[in-house]
Amino acid sequence: MDEGRTPRRGISPRLWLAGGWLMLALLAAIFAPLVAPQDPLAQDLMLERLPPFWMNGAEPGYWLGTDSLGRDLLSRLIFGGRIAFIVAFAAAIAACMVGSTLGLVAGYFGGWADRIISRIVDVWMAFPPVLFAILLVAVLGTGLSSVILAIAIIDWTRFCRVIRAETMGQSRMDYVENARIAGYGRIGIMLREVLPNVVPSIVALLSLEMGIAVIVEAILSFVNLSISTDDPTWGGIIAEGRLSIHQAWWVLVFPLITLILTVLSFSQFGEALKTRFDPVLR
Amino acid sequence: MSAICLDISDLSAVLPNGQRVLRSVSLAVQPGEVRALVGESGAGKTMIGKAVLGVLPSSVRVVAGDIRLEGEDLGKLPPKARRTLIGARTALIPQDPLTALNPSRRIGSQMTDRLVRILGWNGQKADTRIRQLLDEVQIRDPERVLKSYPHELSGGMRQRVLIAAAFAAEPRLIVADEPTTALDVTVQKQILRLIVQLQREHGTAILFVTHDLGVVAKISQKVSVLYAGKVVEEADTAALFAAPQHPYTRALMAATPRYTDPFASLKPVDEAVLAGLASEIAAADQAWKRPHG
Repeated sequence: MDEGRTPRRGISPRLWLAGGWLMLALLAAIFAPLVAPQDPLAQDLMLERLPPFWMNGAEPGYWLGTDSLGRDLLSRLIFGGRIAFIVAFAAAIAACMVGSTLGLVAGYFGGWADRIISRIVDVWMAFPPVLFAILLVAVLGTGLSSVILAIAIIDWTRFCRVIRAETMGQSRMDYVENARIAGYGRIGIMLREVLPNVVPSIVALLSLEMGIAVIVEAILSFVNLSISTDDPTWGGIIAEGRLSIHQAWWVLVFPLITLILTVLSFSQFGEALKTRFDPVLR
Repeated sequence: MSAICLDISDLSAVLPNGQRVLRSVSLAVQPGEVRALVGESGAGKTMIGKAVLGVLPSSVRVVAGDIRLEGEDLGKLPPKARRTLIGARTALIPQDPLTALNPSRRIGSQMTDRLVRILGWNGQKADTRIRQLLDEVQIRDPERVLKSYPHELSGGMRQRVLIAAAFAAEPRLIVADEPTTALDVTVQKQILRLIVQLQREHGTAILFVTHDLGVVAKISQKVSVLYAGKVVEEADTAALFAAPQHPYTRALMAATPRYTDPFASLKPVDEAVLAGLASEIAAADQAWKRPHG
């Protein structure tokens, strides 16, 4: 074992890139009315299917071109980001709260609590997630809150399984036994001794889950089950772009790139955060 | 109130399949005495320590006998009172200093937390106490150590911290569970010396679990030799080494490698001795009537 402090590593390029993209997309989404060059809903059939700025026939002010109704693609992507981020944060945090709590309880107390929670997780995971989501939204009705609820209801198991396993590992460590000998209560040990050691995993999963929530929301709006048809969503734009791929490929490609970059950034960001949060890896 | 610090009588514990892991173990530790528990792996040494500290694995069940800590029968106390009593009067020096400290909390907060939360000391007093003990275990830069996370310290340093933590609350009894096995040989000696030194200064009784007869000879006043969860011999340390009574004890001593003849081949315990032990244990199990329930 090394004596003394290991020098702290600076922020890795991975964290810079992922964090930078997320920050850019988030700020654009928050300040969408100020940032977006056009009204995302304004249709103008005179301007339909304008190509992006570097191609012949592009119009200034329509950087990424327009769709078949003449709506500005960049503005629609920026406004679509609002819904994507709201869903990402709300759904991931809700899934995290439920899943981590149950995982912690199952992993720490074991016995019956563990058996019951684990069986529920098994049954839950037997359903294909996307079908489950479509079913849930069909039952709950479309709209922002039901999309968030559906994602949380489906994905809490992801947190539950990982946190349960981590908690079991930590609970077997001698420091937990030491705390028991010292006379701490079981719930106190769970919260004060075990929880801080699983926080790095929770943070990484949370970020990963945000990426997944973005995808699920896009899938739901792709099949027209998300918010409403008027508000631009990334999935909705992709669905429209698919129809006009031969006339205007950019309507499909740019939202796909945005989606991929965002999801990738969330997962990379999570990994990098985990390393920073972990006192041993730090 | 009896004067005996720890009094275990006729303690038997079983696994779910009914196999006995502790076979009517009796032993008494006087205040300020070091009692060694020796035996090979799986002999139940650690199990006895865990039983005393109330942290037996959930699969092991105590079916007979009782443990008295300064006269208080632990089995008869309600769980909460038992926890409090054990927390206040005992402490553990663990086998593996690498996993015995919480990796995500600073040393200082881990050490003071226990004094403040369990014993109700104020922060100032706890802090002073911790520093005093770090000094006693010869940690020269307490500032740095208190602010460190466990992974920033070496194994030997961590074990010193754990020793300091064990003595901090002035327990009457410390269970030391092979406290030197995870350390390298040069550090082992220092750590042993520290434990003995603090034990003398504080007058704490120690239940010292080990498989190393050399360590036993150096630090303990009394020894219990265990085999398969049964105490096969119990004696004053000096008497035991001068004239071991049980054939197993003699075999164990013969099996200890000697520095004087490093090239002599290692001797395993003799077959005949093991056969004798097996029949002795079978007889004991025959005679033992499992209590109902």
